[in-house]
Amino acid sequence: MTILEVRDLSISFSQYSKGLRQENNQVIHNLNVSLNKGEIVAVVGSSGSGKSILAHAILGILPGNATMTGSISFDGQVLTKEMLANLRGHEIVLVPQSVKFLDPLMRIGSQVQTSVRKQNVVTAQKKIFEKYKLHPLVEKLYPFQLSGGMARRVLVSMAVVSEASVIIADEPTPGLDSEVIKEAESSFRKLADNGSAVMVITHDIDFALKLADKIAVFYAGTVVEIAPVRDFFGRGENLRHPYTKALWRALPQNDFIPIKGSQPLANDLPNGCPFAPRCEHATSDCSKELPAEKMIRGGMVRCLHAT
Amino acid sequence: MQLKAENVGFGYQKNSWMFRHLDLTIGKGEIVGLAGPSGAGKTTLGRILAGYEMPLEGMVTLNDSPLPNTGYHPVQLVFQHPEKAVNPKWRMQKTLHEGWNPDNELLERLGIDKECLRRWPNELSGGELQRFCVARALGPKTEFLIADEMTTMLDSITQAQIWQVVLDIAKQREMGILVISHEAPLLERLCSRIVDISNK
Repeated sequence: MTILEVRDLSISFSQYSKGLRQENNQVIHNLNVSLNKGEIVAVVGSSGSGKSILAHAILGILPGNATMTGSISFDGQVLTKEMLANLRGHEIVLVPQSVKFLDPLMRIGSQVQTSVRKQNVVTAQKKIFEKYKLHPLVEKLYPFQLSGGMARRVLVSMAVVSEASVIIADEPTPGLDSEVIKEAESSFRKLADNGSAVMVITHDIDFALKLADKIAVFYAGTVVEIAPVRDFFGRGENLRHPYTKALWRALPQNDFIPIKGSQPLANDLPNGCPFAPRCEHATSDCSKELPAEKMIRGGMVRCLHAT
Repeated sequence: MQLKAENVGFGYQKNSWMFRHLDLTIGKGEIVGLAGPSGAGKTTLGRILAGYEMPLEGMVTLNDSPLPNTGYHPVQLVFQHPEKAVNPKWRMQKTLHEGWNPDNELLERLGIDKECLRRWPNELSGGELQRFCVARALGPKTEFLIADEMTTMLDSITQAQIWQVVLDIAKQREMGILVISHEAPLLERLCSRIVDISNK
């Protein structure tokens, strides 16, 4: 059952270019993605492709100079600003990428306790601290006294303890060692088994494959492919989009061979398919318009030549 | 030609050693991996080898003489977070030319767009910034490169792009590389030998 659905989402930022002249930068284009109950979706893609902006859009915490079109619905209802403000932090929670999102003037213990909803506040917080190997003394500390890895564990524990129905984790892994990553993996999985939907945003394909049910691949502000995890094997023959194939083959455990060029900047996108300039199968049709979404072998792809 | 750490020990606080009695040698043109859990001192060892930190005991030598204090440092370190390694008030051009003037060929192979040279660091993504940091560190006088989680924040294509250029140059000039990473497949792919400092 679909709990969160993003339809036709486009986001642009207005920026001052020179003096008082403003220009609009579209960073997300016609994006569709949906989250089902009990499912973990990983969003992978290179840095600067707009992954974090998607997370912030779902939470409704984009900065003031952003304009958003398209719709985000929760449980079948299109979300308005007011509804989102009520759901945020209760039904939809974010594990932010930056550890700066903690309240700098609040002790860690009470900060974690604010996100507990269904259980006894103090015991729930103590239990989750034990699980994530956070010393009881950490309760009394302020955010600036934590190391990077500790702060990250606090953020993950806050999301886990909230038992929200939609959890969006933005790059939860950097700075964590493998043991804590495993713990985080199993807690996300447990939350999904209890009926929550989890979206994990990451650039680490390995981690995404271990954790998720399906993978949404992001390139230059749109989702170019949504594939089930089982399609990632061998030389990537089962993958649909040339970018996904390239991403898979460039892994050190596979061929480690890169493709040429780099992702276009948001204010300098080519017409049509954003990947066309780097794609070996590109034809003149590719640069006419953004390819429509197609369903192939149980996955979505935006490519004219996908088979 | 070799970079050698002998019996090195270090700790940030009094009476608390991060590691002791550590020996490590990187030969000319050799690519060595450094692995270990977080907090084991991988980064600290990298900083010591590049001369950012003095070891509390033991000694680091380059070709049997101590590391130089002046001039272009023959051991260059590339950090994990490029946004912390560039001056935010310099345009990228100035940052790139801090140590030497890379030629167009290198810039092209690293995928650095000429357009970017006029930009400020906060206008570029992490991947783009890291390409600049790598180009900056690959001067002709660089004899050893310490890559501290150099490509951890990058997607796999950018990672492979950057490493391919670095490996080519290392081969050409017989530059030695220490690869610090927690990604086992990357270390296995790149290195001829892997040193684990988990129990030192």
